[in-house]
Amino acid sequence: MTTTPLEPALFASLDPPRLAGSRCADCGTVTFPAATSCPRCTGQQVLAHVLPDRGTVWSWTVQRFCPKPPYLPPDGGFRPFAVGYVDLGEVLVEARLVAEPEQLSIGAPVRLVLEPAVGVDGAPAVGHAFAPVAEGA
Amino acid sequence: MRADDVAVVGGGLHAFGRHEGRTGLDMAEVAVRAALDDAGVRWADVDLAVGGSNVSGKPDSLVARLGLTGLPFTTVRNGCATGGVALATAVSALQSRRAELVVVLGFDAHERGAFAADPAAYGLGEWYASSGLMVTTQYFAMRTRRYQHEHGVSDLALARIASRAFRNGAAHPTAWRRTPWTEEEVLASAPVNDPLTTYMFCQPSQGAVALVLARGDRAADLCPRPVRLASVTQRTRRFGSFEVFSPGLAPDPWHSPSVDAAAAAFAEAGVAPADVQVAQVQDTDSGSELVHLAETGLCAHGAQEQLLADGATDVDGVLPVNTDGGCLANGEPVGASGLRQVHEVVRQLQGRAAGAQVPGGPRVGFTHVYGAPGISACAVLTADAP
Repeated sequence: MTTTPLEPALFASLDPPRLAGSRCADCGTVTFPAATSCPRCTGQQVLAHVLPDRGTVWSWTVQRFCPKPPYLPPDGGFRPFAVGYVDLGEVLVEARLVAEPEQLSIGAPVRLVLEPAVGVDGAPAVGHAFAPVAEGA
Repeated sequence: MRADDVAVVGGGLHAFGRHEGRTGLDMAEVAVRAALDDAGVRWADVDLAVGGSNVSGKPDSLVARLGLTGLPFTTVRNGCATGGVALATAVSALQSRRAELVVVLGFDAHERGAFAADPAAYGLGEWYASSGLMVTTQYFAMRTRRYQHEHGVSDLALARIASRAFRNGAAHPTAWRRTPWTEEEVLASAPVNDPLTTYMFCQPSQGAVALVLARGDRAADLCPRPVRLASVTQRTRRFGSFEVFSPGLAPDPWHSPSVDAAAAAFAEAGVAPADVQVAQVQDTDSGSELVHLAETGLCAHGAQEQLLADGATDVDGVLPVNTDGGCLANGEPVGASGLRQVHEVVRQLQGRAAGAQVPGGPRVGFTHVYGAPGISACAVLTADAP
């Protein structure tokens, strides 16, 4: 699998995968993607912040129709995929969920993974996603 | 009606739906001429205009068709709040006595299928769309599922909302979707974004609406039953709201701009949500109406289940909602949709609804729109006793 990210700025590291957020030096608010000012207190002192790689499903759905461009379906055509918000405690992150619908429920534990994606120019890439983990794993 | 009130004295609407070969400007012209006829005035009498379209042309170019009178014409483009912002702009012009007779119009003629969105226009990276995340229907589905989880509302309640919208649409001559799908048929239609099914979503459509506004001191001369715009408000999101096109969110995100816009509208009008006798709330999907009924203060969170089961939101219920079928039955031409709501509520308060009329002579109405990227506009409308 290629390890060219769709957007390098989203990642603090790729191996192991960790997402790059930001944290306000004044009020502590955590933002994803990393912001240049704080959406809560409007402060401009924001620091790089590595997000937790585990959380729980806050809400989810299944994308059952092919989104319009610039989304490009993978080779072999569009297949429905799950999407959700993952509660990392300090922030919720929207991401694709590498799971079948029957594996998903609000509160289900998940961990960050890389998932194959199609770049803007059609080139193979990876994006951030979350996958279910067994309790205690 | 007080002299410095602002009132709707005329309305016109081009039927919503799909109209191949007709442009947004074509439909807007039809709506404006109908509104002028309704008010019994001519375009030459109008001394200020405000128009909105999200994607279908320049509203101010309509002067070439309606007459080159030299009037000031403000163009508004505020997504789903376009109609509300156009209305607010017109009201302030009348209140500040910069105009005596104002036309407000909105139109759009969207292509088939779900809305396409440009990430750069929302300040988002291309990756967001490339990942398949930039889809409004996903957001509505995830908001609905979370709301159901927190407030214990069933999928049947979602179906009841859609089924009532299609019943109302079936009775309305300008609605687009006029098949009265049953709750069972709504639930059995193909899933689009679980838990929302095909018949729980509205589609982008085409249409136009125009209103003629005047101050209270002239309203009675122009219209036998003028309707007062008691308040028109608009708000953007605050920190901690759960919004469409959000790659990340603050924990426990619920503080919606709908809450702020509705509270301000009721306060400014001096009307309580419980006083509302006919309402329009944004129903781009069943889940949105479900959430907005409570966010606007029209009911308590979680109370929707029983209200819907009791038929309270039907035309003959205690809180008639989306009496023309709303977005679900009319589709959503974004620039026109908010003004469609106002047009329908005005007709209801005048006792001359084109579709099913709310019985008993309603006197207090309310409208609400919500859209990307976290905006809401609300209005309270009142009518004097006949």
